[in-house]
Amino acid sequence: MGWLTALLALPLVGFVVLLAIPGRATGAVRLWANAVLLGGLALAAPLWTAFDRGAGGYQFVERMPWIPLLGAQYLVGIDGISLLLVLLTALLGPVAALASWNAIRERAKEFYAMLLLLQFGMLGLFLSLDILLFFVFFELVLVPMYFLIGIWGGERRLYAAMKFFLYTVAGSVVLLVGIVALYWQGGQQLGRATFELTELLRAQLPVETQRWLFWAFFLGFAIKVPMVPFHTWLPDAHTEAPTAGSVLLAGVLLKMGTYGFIRLSLPLFPDAAREAAPVLGALSMVAIVYGALICLAQQDWKRLVAYSSVSHMGFCTLGLAAMNSNGLAGSVLQQVNHGISTSLLFLLVGFVYERRHTRQIGDFGGLAMVMPRFAFVFAVAMFSSAGLPLLNGVIGEFTILQGVFVVNRTWAAVAVGGIVLGAAYLLWLYQRTMLGDLRNEANRGLADLTAREWATVLPLLGLAVAIGVYPQPWFAVLERPVLELAGRLGR
Amino acid sequence: MSHFYTDVDHFALLPAILLALFGCAVFLFDFLLGERSRRWQLALVLPGLALTGWQLGRQGEIAPFTAFHGALTIDAFGLFFNWVLLLTAGLVALISYRYLEVEQEHQGEYYGLVLMAQAGAYFLAVGTELITVFVGLETMSISFYVLAGFLRGSRRSNEAALKYLLLGAFSSGLLAYGFSLLYGLAGSTYFGDIAAAVAGRPAFDPLTVLAILTVSAGVLFKIAAAPFHMWAPDVYEGAPTAVTAYLAVGSKLGSLALLLRLFLGPLGAARAAWEPLLVVAAVVSLTVGNLAAVTQSNVKRLLAYSSIAHAGYLLLGVVAGNATGLQGVAVYAAAYALMTLGAFAVLLAVHGVEMTDLTGLARRHPASAAAMVLFLVSLAGLPPTAGFVGKYYIFLALIEAGRYGLAVVGAVYVAVALFYYFRVVRNMFLTPGEAAAGPAAGLSAGVRVALGVTGVLTLGAGVYPEPLLQWAVRAVLK
Repeated sequence: MGWLTALLALPLVGFVVLLAIPGRATGAVRLWANAVLLGGLALAAPLWTAFDRGAGGYQFVERMPWIPLLGAQYLVGIDGISLLLVLLTALLGPVAALASWNAIRERAKEFYAMLLLLQFGMLGLFLSLDILLFFVFFELVLVPMYFLIGIWGGERRLYAAMKFFLYTVAGSVVLLVGIVALYWQGGQQLGRATFELTELLRAQLPVETQRWLFWAFFLGFAIKVPMVPFHTWLPDAHTEAPTAGSVLLAGVLLKMGTYGFIRLSLPLFPDAAREAAPVLGALSMVAIVYGALICLAQQDWKRLVAYSSVSHMGFCTLGLAAMNSNGLAGSVLQQVNHGISTSLLFLLVGFVYERRHTRQIGDFGGLAMVMPRFAFVFAVAMFSSAGLPLLNGVIGEFTILQGVFVVNRTWAAVAVGGIVLGAAYLLWLYQRTMLGDLRNEANRGLADLTAREWATVLPLLGLAVAIGVYPQPWFAVLERPVLELAGRLGR
Repeated sequence: MSHFYTDVDHFALLPAILLALFGCAVFLFDFLLGERSRRWQLALVLPGLALTGWQLGRQGEIAPFTAFHGALTIDAFGLFFNWVLLLTAGLVALISYRYLEVEQEHQGEYYGLVLMAQAGAYFLAVGTELITVFVGLETMSISFYVLAGFLRGSRRSNEAALKYLLLGAFSSGLLAYGFSLLYGLAGSTYFGDIAAAVAGRPAFDPLTVLAILTVSAGVLFKIAAAPFHMWAPDVYEGAPTAVTAYLAVGSKLGSLALLLRLFLGPLGAARAAWEPLLVVAAVVSLTVGNLAAVTQSNVKRLLAYSSIAHAGYLLLGVVAGNATGLQGVAVYAAAYALMTLGAFAVLLAVHGVEMTDLTGLARRHPASAAAMVLFLVSLAGLPPTAGFVGKYYIFLALIEAGRYGLAVVGAVYVAVALFYYFRVVRNMFLTPGEAAAGPAAGLSAGVRVALGVTGVLTLGAGVYPEPLLQWAVRAVLK
């Protein structure tokens, strides 16, 4: 068994073993799930050094026949783009589990089982190089996430869980039809039926076909990102989900959409993608500005963070719309950055909610006086999200803007406006919650961060600083695949 | 033996003979068993089914062959459907006994009727002569009329039986009329002769069209496809739950085999005339089934409407008209049998039919709740389940045939279906509170076995579908 298969199989094996543990042994269940996820991180981390940055194509490829009749294979491998997202997933998995240590007391076994199944699905998606396998994982994450939101979520969890599920499925069934059509058309051209991505890339699809397929894929991925106007599931799902759910939703699940664009839509249908670029750009514009404006009006702390995702994912799709190497590299890095900073914000909201059981911004104020360490971490997370230099956010945004500027200056100008708005709502949030006098007596006795909470935020803080101070290694990983893709797109 | 009844004829007939014999044995020996030991009838039923399976296996070794001068055609297609139907009958027998005991209607005749229905269904899959298939269809249907009313003390069950009988008789009449027209234009009841006669006429020949209309009305009724689906929700709801499971799978798939035999055989040359008809039936079935299921609060009714929608998907595979479509129909049929029987087994396990009966099942009996999620995910058509593989094939067939619009319609209804299937999941897992219905602790060994078999196969065929697909490829009707 190869490295990637081991990495993928670990959470699944962990899931099966977990089912055998009696449900009353909450401690054992919790410990086991955390151990498995941490083990996954330990297994994934060395990929970073073992990965050959100079080599093109995919690395650590493993191949096994799966459905020979259809030409579907079990085919996994990574390039620089998937490497970063796999590492992000491997990191956020244990972080989410650790953050739930005390928060989840009810039905703990089911909770951790869903978490492990989700981790399996997320890793599988970023690893697969066979489109049918990709789709299976694309759908597989939905069921555990449905339960995470629906069972352990907030007050409107039933509504939010169903909305999330239906939206994504509605998009993905159209994606499925697109995949089937691509499989058929590609099979006709190549003379044999296959789902292998690198094989299908060799097919020369006529522009007309590309156009249909691009928009079918677009619907699947745009709902997942989500791009405006498909974003309305996001605030409900993110707000109602338990902290672990929000972290993984924002940190990983949204990236499945943008990853789908990068891995499938853009390279497979380059001509149609170039045609569609203005639409992608315009929708990203709207997402950036509209998301930020809505954030300014939020009264609910968690909902504000949720809407900020709409705005930030707008940057990621804007980078894609630029379709040049800077835009694409920036977009991937920004996906990682958003995973880090938004996860931090959701974790911190979760910590406060566990203490106070309210998320209304108006209930807080002056928290820095009672929870100075918390306020410090929150400041770093906020600045990282807002794009302060020396933290990670700015690197991605700047690179995206570099790429966008050469393509369309209006886009770049609007995006810069979005950054300003982003700083505004984040700073205002900080002011209303952390600074000023301690207006609400209920907040007086709040405890500062515990050791366990430090353990969840420290790795993310460290990464935020590391990427911000010295981004070169991250771009080095991305260079080959991004140049290849930009070449395919003819930019 | 004389040449009227050769060894080959006997060999071709043997599975049906065995089923009928064991059915009669069940009727005969019932008096030996007391009220409390009726479940020992399974000791007759299961070996009977196993012997039949053994004969099917032997037939498979020399298939394809014909018997009775072409009245029976034992080919891979017929064997495929007969295997699926046999598995269905076995699972239905296993999930029934505890249910009938609780309902205090545990009569030996029940198992006899199940075997008789199975004997009739045998001819639907392999019959290639009008009178043979008609007698087979009626043997199956009459067994079902009785089974639907098996709960004598229940008004609902009686109403279901009467409704099914009246409407079923009417549809049989239409079918018989259609058959008489086919006989009229060919002068023969054998499918091969009719095919030649139909091919010799223009596609929109009035007589052919009239025959197609009446025959379609008859078989669409039996597979519960719109616009002849009206009976399904009431009969499914009123019939004993175990019978509903059998009706939803056995009756539907048996009649589907007949539909394929008829439309691709004798009526194959008139494709231009019946294809639009089936397109309309498929789209209306999808629409009616899925939209009406959304508001149901009775799970049996919900599954009834969803089975109408599934008939629509099966018809889409026929409409696609290529080899992939027919493979898709076979795969879909097998998947449908597994997931539907599984879902009904869970209903039998909790002994409830209302949505609220399932409330809190995740706490009371997590394993059956988890199994139900698997079956519902499969019914909706999400990976990695057998249902996804079936839908995948149907979509692929439609796209190969250039029918993108139908593929998109079929795909969009997946999202609708997911909504109502997950209302059930929501009740089991998310809604707080304990259930009103009896405890799941009374899970019988039979239900456990059925849940295990259907669960493992539903997931297995989704994760590793290759064997099922290989089998379906061979089962395509030539």
